[in-house]
Amino acid sequence: MAINKHEMPDSETPRLDELEKGPWPSFVTEMREAAGKKPAARDLMRQLEKSYGEKVGHWKHGGIVGVKGYGGGVIGRYSDSPEEFPGVREFHTLRVNQPSGWFYTSKALRQLCDVWDKHGSGLTNFHGSTGDVILLGAPTGNLQACFDDLSDIGFDLGGSGGDLRTPSACVGPARCEFANFDTLDACQKVTMAFQDELHRPQWPYKFKVKISGCPNDCVAAQARADFSLIGTWRDTLRIDQEAVKAYAAQGMDIRGEVCDHCPTRALSWDDAQKQLNLVAEDCVRCMHCINKMPRAIRPGVQKGATVLIGGKATILRSAFLSWVLVPFIKVEPPYTELLDLLRRITDWWADNAKSRERIGELIYRVGMRTFLDGVGLPAVPQMVKEPRANPYIFWRSEEVK
Amino acid sequence: MPKLDFGPPDFHAMLPPVIKRNYGQWRYHEILKPGLLKHVAESGEALFTVRAGTPRLLNTDSVRRIADLADKYCDGYVRFTSRHNLEFLISDESRVEPLLAELKKFNIPVGGTGNSMSSIVHTQGWIHCHTPATDASGVVKAVMDELFQHYTHMDLPAKLKVAMACCLNMCGAVHCSDIAILGVHRTPPKVDHEALARGCEVPTVVASCPTAALRPNPRLKSVDVVEERCMYCGNCFTMCPAMKIMDGEHDGISIWVGGKVGNARTAPMFSKLAIPFLPNNPPRWPEVVDAVKNIVDVWAAHAIKGERVGEWINRVGWERFFELTGLPFTDKHVDDFIFSVPSFRSSTQFKW
Repeated sequence: MAINKHEMPDSETPRLDELEKGPWPSFVTEMREAAGKKPAARDLMRQLEKSYGEKVGHWKHGGIVGVKGYGGGVIGRYSDSPEEFPGVREFHTLRVNQPSGWFYTSKALRQLCDVWDKHGSGLTNFHGSTGDVILLGAPTGNLQACFDDLSDIGFDLGGSGGDLRTPSACVGPARCEFANFDTLDACQKVTMAFQDELHRPQWPYKFKVKISGCPNDCVAAQARADFSLIGTWRDTLRIDQEAVKAYAAQGMDIRGEVCDHCPTRALSWDDAQKQLNLVAEDCVRCMHCINKMPRAIRPGVQKGATVLIGGKATILRSAFLSWVLVPFIKVEPPYTELLDLLRRITDWWADNAKSRERIGELIYRVGMRTFLDGVGLPAVPQMVKEPRANPYIFWRSEEVK
Repeated sequence: MPKLDFGPPDFHAMLPPVIKRNYGQWRYHEILKPGLLKHVAESGEALFTVRAGTPRLLNTDSVRRIADLADKYCDGYVRFTSRHNLEFLISDESRVEPLLAELKKFNIPVGGTGNSMSSIVHTQGWIHCHTPATDASGVVKAVMDELFQHYTHMDLPAKLKVAMACCLNMCGAVHCSDIAILGVHRTPPKVDHEALARGCEVPTVVASCPTAALRPNPRLKSVDVVEERCMYCGNCFTMCPAMKIMDGEHDGISIWVGGKVGNARTAPMFSKLAIPFLPNNPPRWPEVVDAVKNIVDVWAAHAIKGERVGEWINRVGWERFFELTGLPFTDKHVDDFIFSVPSFRSSTQFKW
């Protein structure tokens, strides 16, 4: 991280300087170090200082910029005070598609830095909320050359606008015993199968795909992804009673910390036998007991994923948590079933949505029945918490003959 | 012409040898101390992970320093988490303590594991966004400075996920966080009629409003705002730059609590409104810092072990939450948008 020198007797940025104090690593220190080399970074600090004084942003609205062959991946950004801050007159962002699981070699990181020092402000985000590496601030004239150099080191652009946003995945089988399928490979294969949709906005709005290997959902797919793929299993928990005894011997309150939090009381603790009893058909695979006792309890062996649909943040008609669409799907190379389902869903959405209508909002508008018809899936009880309570039932004409 | 549509680098090339050897074969893990994980594979081989905090905004020299640390301690490999943390992946246990010592020298905090507070996922704010109601990085820095010990110590009832978004677009998807810090506008957009007539389509702008607060103004080839219908979402500004939504005097921050993602124990939940408005007070937003600290302190004092913020509130009730935190309950806390009715109490069971 940047080295905090704290020597600012006649600083241009007295308010920001306050944020170089304190124990948490300072973004201001990052900017200041870059400002020593790059006029753009210095003017970014000066403009931010102005925002701190006036309590408003100083970026103009949007502006279309890009690289040849793509429609997305670059966010146009212009200062609203270019005379005062010429270094950020044009300060566009490149979204760079991260490797699955955010793994890097030191060589890859240095190559990214070399490209960015050559063409941009020297400032980055590792990472943006969606998952891309964010290269923060380049003038219009540098964008193509920057992309050409990124391309040479094997980094492609991510999504923006009405397209597939860069998919992301949890660490998965690379370092987690909870992974029920290969999240990293599935993410890579989905990304590769939808390159055209990712790079060339042709959809009504954004579409997010997020992939978590278990119901802990470490990439927050259910909160934000239109299409959430969350690992699960069909058979029963595997319990190693000897390892359970070891946790008990270490002083773990298994009844209190594990069984009392089991949402369906499928687990019970036999204190006399020091044994954990499971009513297998009552387990809803929430992960709590596994999280607490990873040495003793594991997912079953029939592994796969649940597909959930419709997650999004507030804009426009309220936030939705994604809901169950396919309770269980195998997620194995070559991922034919998964990719085919995703294609059917995005095709139906692209054909039916209004401008800026996320798929969750479209389904809310036309109804799950219409959606299920459109993508050829059956209604199953796992999709709902409870059946409808209102009597406004639609029938197809052929059903009432 | 460069190559196109070649996609992200193949992640296999980015995996350290210890992971390649044990891919998909991990058996269990334990948290040895805050910020230090040990994963053990079926093969018996162990992998040590040191988790460290970053400011998310990094300059290239910092990224190179991270690469140097990866070379020195981790065979040239490193990863980031979905919450902007760094993870150093170490196969040789004897390198763990030297790395921790070097991170300490660089003032890079280690933690964010187990029952601690992880890094705050956040958005761009005044640094790089065109619609923000506040800054993001500055608020996050101020809050993390105050709650720092909860990052470096596992001293909370459960994990604590705090997120920050600087407007309702919520690029950071804050809406399912234990504590969400959300920038809010509170005044209707000011229409620049000339700019609107010049640069925007009137029907598109009118259609962008979820509360039908925009009416065409044919005389000016622009729109008028029915101000009492506007709830300041900013969607019209996203569609048309002439609908100025930023307001330095009246923009600020709201605080939301009790959300979670993940299905452990309880289903994922949205965060609910705790404080409708706090002023923008840069550079350190003391009102926001105090509010977040108060909620964390009250939760830590009252939750039983293992209860996330929302699980604790659901057990004790929202009446009790407002009482214990001393936060006033106002008409702003009662939903009045399109899905409001299920949030009303249709039962006589409540607390005083």
